[in-house]
Amino acid sequence: MNPARRFLSFRDFDWALLAMVLVLCALSIFEIYSATLHTRYTGFHTKQVFWIVGGLFGMFLFAKIDYHKLIDFAPWIYGVFLFLLGIVLIPGIGHKALGARRWIKLGPVLFQPSEWVKLVLILAVARYFANLGGRSLTGRDIFKAFVLVGVPMLLVLKQPDLGTTLTYAPILMAGLFLGGISIRQSIILFTAGLVLIAGAWTSGKVLKPYQKARLTSFINPDNDPRGSGYQIRQSLIAVGSGGIWGKGAEKGTQTQGDFLPIPHADFIFAAFSEEHGFVGAILVLLLYFSILMRLIQNAQTAADLPGALLIMGIVAVLTFQIAVNVGMVIGFMPVTGIPLPLMSYGGSSVLFTFLALGVAMNVRMRRFVN
Amino acid sequence: MAFDRFTRGEKLSSLKLTVVQYGILVMMLALGAGLWRLQVLGADNFRVLAEQNRIRKVPILAPRGKLFDRENRLIVDNYPSVSCFLVREQGHNVDADLPLIARGLGLDLDQLRATLRRYRSAPGYQPIPIKQEVTPDEQAFIAAHASELPELETIDQERRLYPRDGYAAHLIGYVGEVSEEMLNDPRYAAYEPGDVVGKAGVEESYDQLLRGQDGSRDVIVDSRGREVGYLRTQHAIPGQDLRLTIDNDLQRAAELALGDRQGAIVAMDPRNGEILAMVSRPSFDPNDFAVRIDRTAWNKLITDPEHPLLNKAIQAQLAPGSTFKVLMSVAGLEEGIAQNLRVECNGGANFYGHYYHCDEKHGLVDIHNAIPMSCDTFYYTLADKLGIDRISRYATEFGYGQKTGIDLPGEQAGLMPSAQWVMKNYHRKWYAGETISVGIGQGAIEATPLQLARIIGGIASDGHLVRPHTVFPDQLPADFRHALLDTYPGSGKVDIPLDPDAWMTITDGMAEVTQPGLYHTAGSAHLEGIDLAGKTGTAQVMSHEALDRTSKGRITYPNVWFVGVTPRRNPELVVTVLWQNGEFSYYPARIGAQVVAAYVEKQRRLAHNLPAVKAATAPAAPPKPAEVGAIWSQPETGNGQPVARIRAGHFFVNPPAPGGVHATAASAHAPRTASALPGRLALALPPRQIRTP
Repeated sequence: MNPARRFLSFRDFDWALLAMVLVLCALSIFEIYSATLHTRYTGFHTKQVFWIVGGLFGMFLFAKIDYHKLIDFAPWIYGVFLFLLGIVLIPGIGHKALGARRWIKLGPVLFQPSEWVKLVLILAVARYFANLGGRSLTGRDIFKAFVLVGVPMLLVLKQPDLGTTLTYAPILMAGLFLGGISIRQSIILFTAGLVLIAGAWTSGKVLKPYQKARLTSFINPDNDPRGSGYQIRQSLIAVGSGGIWGKGAEKGTQTQGDFLPIPHADFIFAAFSEEHGFVGAILVLLLYFSILMRLIQNAQTAADLPGALLIMGIVAVLTFQIAVNVGMVIGFMPVTGIPLPLMSYGGSSVLFTFLALGVAMNVRMRRFVN
Repeated sequence: MAFDRFTRGEKLSSLKLTVVQYGILVMMLALGAGLWRLQVLGADNFRVLAEQNRIRKVPILAPRGKLFDRENRLIVDNYPSVSCFLVREQGHNVDADLPLIARGLGLDLDQLRATLRRYRSAPGYQPIPIKQEVTPDEQAFIAAHASELPELETIDQERRLYPRDGYAAHLIGYVGEVSEEMLNDPRYAAYEPGDVVGKAGVEESYDQLLRGQDGSRDVIVDSRGREVGYLRTQHAIPGQDLRLTIDNDLQRAAELALGDRQGAIVAMDPRNGEILAMVSRPSFDPNDFAVRIDRTAWNKLITDPEHPLLNKAIQAQLAPGSTFKVLMSVAGLEEGIAQNLRVECNGGANFYGHYYHCDEKHGLVDIHNAIPMSCDTFYYTLADKLGIDRISRYATEFGYGQKTGIDLPGEQAGLMPSAQWVMKNYHRKWYAGETISVGIGQGAIEATPLQLARIIGGIASDGHLVRPHTVFPDQLPADFRHALLDTYPGSGKVDIPLDPDAWMTITDGMAEVTQPGLYHTAGSAHLEGIDLAGKTGTAQVMSHEALDRTSKGRITYPNVWFVGVTPRRNPELVVTVLWQNGEFSYYPARIGAQVVAAYVEKQRRLAHNLPAVKAATAPAAPPKPAEVGAIWSQPETGNGQPVARIRAGHFFVNPPAPGGVHATAASAHAPRTASALPGRLALALPPRQIRTP
């Protein structure tokens, strides 16, 4: 028997992390139930239960797969998904909905490659920087890393899907930071980034006008009073009117009165904050904080560099999604359509989060193996 | 393995991981601070916004008070009306439905599109009114397509239902949306834009009572404005029903008597000032205003040279002509001049170097035959002897040149000239010749039909003058009654006791007017068995001389008047008839006689004492049945229906056969159900044409 297998045990599985995740999932199910009570989305909470159960299966499955094997296959997977991102843009193959071509139709199922690319990029970036072995980075290394993440980003932006595109960025940033970028290099990159963003903004070719309006309306909701400005205003009213203790489950007037846009998905945190108040919202933030800290601790105790980089990639994506989604709900961030991990309704989001957690679990379970 | 070179010792720098941890902590603190700012510091503010979001105050419109006649017969009612609105729902493409909507509601597609374009910039939750007065068929269409056309919504409203064909339109008035200028008027401080307000007649002067008080309901709505529940309802207080002094029977008699002639009729009870009938021609249909009058119809009304909106009964200021001789007789007798005045009439007389015409060569005339013959020469002489100061003093005392104080808006005061008046307005002295013209009610003197009714009715009542009114005051709150007197000031109730001999002489003279006799001006208005006293009047639109110069090939008939009372002393009824450009003064006398006959006939019928009244002018041939439009309320059937139902229909009413009034009418066209002809409609329809003698 392989000695590596012998020591792999679910005793080392991170049950504490799983408990916190399941508490969040439970809160999510209750809030989806409440938010969809009188809408045509009634019953979505049971669908969410199925997604979570499926996610748990996926998580245990990924926890069993040696992450070194995943990293070995990373270039192949990366290639396949790059190909998929390419063909999804072709009208005959890519399925168009809500003005964007994001899906490939496989029989009855709509498959969205860009969601999976998050995980693929985490693997690819971890492999890339692990291979560099922690030495100081050359400009060439940095350029290669940018190409690695930048190509899928451009393909997704073309769909267009700004939210998902932005989600890839923290993977690269985490990789660069942990992979050994120097302070001088980061200052140069930061400056170049600013110039690039300013150029992209003013050129008018990268972002469509409605995307720009969405990105700026959180500063001044009146810029787009019928669109995202309206959504932000209603979200602020929902959160603010919740007060300290909230209006109670199923009693949020903004949520129940359909003023809050998609209260079971992107704006679930606003619905939760309205019905459960400041106390409830802080409790959720504490849970997220604990989960992230737990993951970082796992990264610290990881057996090797690729494992640690994998977990930190996951941490980067989750942190980014939490910051952007909650920030959007409370008016700090623009409306980008990024879901709140573990709380927003949606199969892709749930599956990604659980699979990513499965990878992290695997890293933890192998900390004593080898 | 690919990662052979990694050893267990190779790890991420823990400093960097700590940096990441602190970074996440800072982010979480920032989010927590944001939540604190919204949920703890801003909670009150956002709670208010959330309430405003979901609660909409929906007004509950108070039904306007109904108007009844003096016998509690319904004149003006409300009817439920349905309006259709288009609600723009997010995510539902309305444009594709427009052809179907236009077809179902009978709208012009291009016009519907134009309506929607006008509302393009309006907020999405604001419903767009696309059709008023939705018919039952169209309502059925909306209901049947509720799932395909969720954007269509209907709203129930109460609308005003007025009698057809302008029946009593000037007295009732009409309602409309409150205008910008009215909102600036402190009198309308309590009104809000969009409110319906009385704009003329009783509707205007009693608006405060009729309108009631709108209620409201706090409706919980969702983001698409759909109602999901109610919070609090403040019920509307319905407007007060008012009983008018109008007698429907007499009003209808007056309407039919005046026909299409330009002019006015006022019938009043001179004992108390109750207006029994008021007609003005041309008329208008107040129902046109009840919805929203369209621009062309409105322009037509206000640019019509005949001024259909003008209530001539209180707003036409015209020379009273010979009807003024009643007042002249009072002045002459009270001053002791007329008793002994004898004048030889040779068709006119010379005063101050100018020849003044009379209509006939009356021969020797005294006060007793001057009134029935309406001898101008006699009154020229009397006026000359009295002088303008005395004439003006008596006239003003009895109410010429002053508003009567009727409870209707827009009353005109008329004009009584005097020496002071010409001095003030023309900065010249009074010419003695002017007095001569004033003596026969010509010249600068002007009066309204209502003024003449009040003055002549008052003289026939031994100087007991009244304030005319159209609503019984006992139904009004005390403060409103006082405010009404302030709002419509006028000479009002005055007692000027007459010398008994003068009273006898004048009333007997007026009674002779309608008796057949040589030179009697209204002998053909004689009513057998009815004591009808009166005075005719002919007022030249231009002076005789000007008329002679300009009338070649063109006929300009004078305005003709009749003021009649019955009985001659302490009358129950006074009727003023004005027929503009009516040529001969016995024409209005006959019209007045018809109104008087209708009144007396009704009183006798009520007293079960009805002899055959011979109509003043019997038609030569039975005229064709006349179409009469009417509304009436069906009395409660006793099966628990609390609301009397309103009916409307058309009837063919046969004019009276000689010797009695009998309607052989049949229901011809009744939109709802009119199985039985209401008895009140069985009215005499007099002939339109009056035969020239």
